[in-house]
Amino acid sequence: MGAQIDLDAVRDGELGARSRRTHRALVCSSTGCLSAGAAGVRAALKADVEAAEQSETIQIVPTGCRGICSRGPLVQVEPRGEDPTLYQHVDTDGAHAIARDHLLGEGVTADVEVVAPNLPFLEGQVKVVLANAGRIDPERLEDSVAAGGYRALHTAITSMTPEQVLDQIDRSGLRGRGGAGYPTGRKWKLLAEAPGTDKVVVANGDEGDPGAFMDRTIMESDPHRVLEGLAIAGYATGAERGFLFLRAEYPLAIERLERAIRAAKRGRLLGKGIFGTDVTFNLEVRVGAGAFVCGEETALLASIEGRRGTPTLRPPYPTERGLWGQPTMINNVETLANIPPIINRGPEWFRSLGTEESPGTKVFALAGSLTTTGLIEVPMGISLRTIVEDMGEGVPGGRSFKAAQTGGPSGGCIPERFLDTPVDYEHLRALGSMMGSGGLVVIDDSVSMPEFARFYMEFCRDESCGKCVPCRVGTVELHALLDRICQGTGRQRDLRHLESLCRTVQATSLCGLGQSAPNPVVSTLEHFRSEYEALLTDVPAATTRGGS
Amino acid sequence: MTAAPTPRPGGARPSVPVTLDGTDVLAHEGETILALARRVGVPIPTLCQLDGLSVYGGCRLCSVEVAGEHRLPLACATEVVPEMEVRTTSPTLANHRRRIVALLFAEGSHVCAACVASGACELQDLASENGVDHISYEMTFPRTPVDASHPKFILDRDRCVLCTRCVRVCDEIEGAHVWDIAQRGNQAHLIAGMDQPWGEVSSCTWCGKCVAVCPTGALAWQGTAPGELHADPGLIAFLTDARDGTWDDRAGGNERRDDEEVAP
Repeated sequence: MGAQIDLDAVRDGELGARSRRTHRALVCSSTGCLSAGAAGVRAALKADVEAAEQSETIQIVPTGCRGICSRGPLVQVEPRGEDPTLYQHVDTDGAHAIARDHLLGEGVTADVEVVAPNLPFLEGQVKVVLANAGRIDPERLEDSVAAGGYRALHTAITSMTPEQVLDQIDRSGLRGRGGAGYPTGRKWKLLAEAPGTDKVVVANGDEGDPGAFMDRTIMESDPHRVLEGLAIAGYATGAERGFLFLRAEYPLAIERLERAIRAAKRGRLLGKGIFGTDVTFNLEVRVGAGAFVCGEETALLASIEGRRGTPTLRPPYPTERGLWGQPTMINNVETLANIPPIINRGPEWFRSLGTEESPGTKVFALAGSLTTTGLIEVPMGISLRTIVEDMGEGVPGGRSFKAAQTGGPSGGCIPERFLDTPVDYEHLRALGSMMGSGGLVVIDDSVSMPEFARFYMEFCRDESCGKCVPCRVGTVELHALLDRICQGTGRQRDLRHLESLCRTVQATSLCGLGQSAPNPVVSTLEHFRSEYEALLTDVPAATTRGGS
Repeated sequence: MTAAPTPRPGGARPSVPVTLDGTDVLAHEGETILALARRVGVPIPTLCQLDGLSVYGGCRLCSVEVAGEHRLPLACATEVVPEMEVRTTSPTLANHRRRIVALLFAEGSHVCAACVASGACELQDLASENGVDHISYEMTFPRTPVDASHPKFILDRDRCVLCTRCVRVCDEIEGAHVWDIAQRGNQAHLIAGMDQPWGEVSSCTWCGKCVAVCPTGALAWQGTAPGELHADPGLIAFLTDARDGTWDDRAGGNERRDDEEVAP
């Protein structure tokens, strides 16, 4: 373990070094841009700068995600004292052009497309959780500290009591970003008040909805913020141990979090005696084994303990009996990433964002039939129409909007006539959908809704853990019914069985996976019933009574 | 129906007022809805639950309605609280239970006429008690392997309902942990040892408790003909009660010992 780092000294040193550079080139190095070739872009920029012997004055910085993933790889060039330029779809040729003209030459290159600074996708955003994403090198602690990292942990530990921290989180009105929207302050208080000396806090990074990558982006782009949020949670609730639970499909996030933990421990920002106090907080990464259901909190705890990842009955709730029987609290990664800014800027500031019932911002992964897709952070209460039509710039290719699916396989679809609904927990639930963790898939008029429902049911069938009967067998039978209808061999009877079985699976399944698995079917039936009926081979029973 | 307060073996009298299907009854403190219902003679269907084993909550058949509760709590896992209003039957519950039983039939190959457990099978009983006289769901006709490698017992996975009674009895009572579940969802299946043939699992003590508790014919004695198997699920509660020193007389299902010998 190294010496306690001085946050101010690190920040001043870092900003001082930055002021000696003439240019900085920020290369998005998140999973999205990396898979589009960002590593080659970065290498090309670096090679050209080194060949020109300008490594001292021009800095190439690998960063986290900027959100406009559909336009990657992205490179932002920031000449000292001038406006930055964001290049899109950069390949290695483009990288050479940027190096030649912009870094080593006179100015913006004409050979690479530039993202308009007033792009609606970017303009409508309010970045709290993603404030550092795309701006810092996620693999360097110093970059994070220069951007204000660990300031909130320092404030909490050195000048606030745990009760004061709890009070701030409670008053901020922050609600769980994993989907259910449980008040975070209340959850923290439950753990703080639970008897026991070996309490545990857990970050849930087992994001698994198809098309959702909010938590991955946060962990890849600003890993120290997640650690800081978890450490503050530990201090406030009296937990000295924490776990970060991630899915194995996020290798880059795992690598960056582990690197961040090592760096934070070296700098005594984690471990024993943080900031010279007697506060201890130890943190470990645990990697899942490929099961969607492990995002469910009791299954997640079983997996951390090394057991088979199946949900168990609640009560007892984890805050009563969690990991190895100890009181345990599980927070979503995005929830935790909200903690440092709340401590730094106060609960009143946080409440000034979003709505009365759902303060703050929410990160959404925009996917499907939209002109611009990627990751956005918007204030709660924004209308779906603003997200879809303004930020996503509508449906491309002459197609028209049909529905938006929120909440992934647990959510429902929202048709055009409800597009003006404000996005928050209550409004989405009232529409038969849910906030979920933040996946938002837009469907155009070329998509058949029964097939769409079948896709999600297949996902739930494959991800059911098999413990309870309604989910294990119910999803198989629901999928078989949907399949029969989609194949054009279904009958009225099948539609009736589909609806009645949906009710049983919703009402009697053990955990959220099964309880919500029928949601896509129920909501597509509610809004697009005629599409199902058009596929049936017989006419409604009412018109054939006495006949067949 | 009226329920006379029955003292527990410890002597404490039931004291928690509960309404069960519209009738006021007194429950013991900490008693589950299921234990109360059984004590006062109200039937609630169960499958994975077995007295003497830990609560699993997998079959969902004992879901009941509790006033003020949005979801359907499990009778086997929910302890009574004062003034709780419980409904053990309703048209909705009956529908859910019938569909769950039908799903179990659709999932496996339950051919009663050819089954060792016919006549003493809990799944068969559930079907008749809950009015499951046909299966409207698509039968999946699984072809899962039979394991006849054990000298005394046999496992037919097509008849397994994944209640995990065998897993729990072997782990919690016998302490051998021969059984577990592998894979997930509709691929989930019972495995012995490290997914070995049962006969090669050296930790198996041949005690036969798994066969005694199996609600269907999935686990059976070798050489049993159709209709000949008689499981003995009451054995486990007898064993755990005896261990805790709280045994009462052993009711039913016992062919090897008469009640006189085990009464305290």
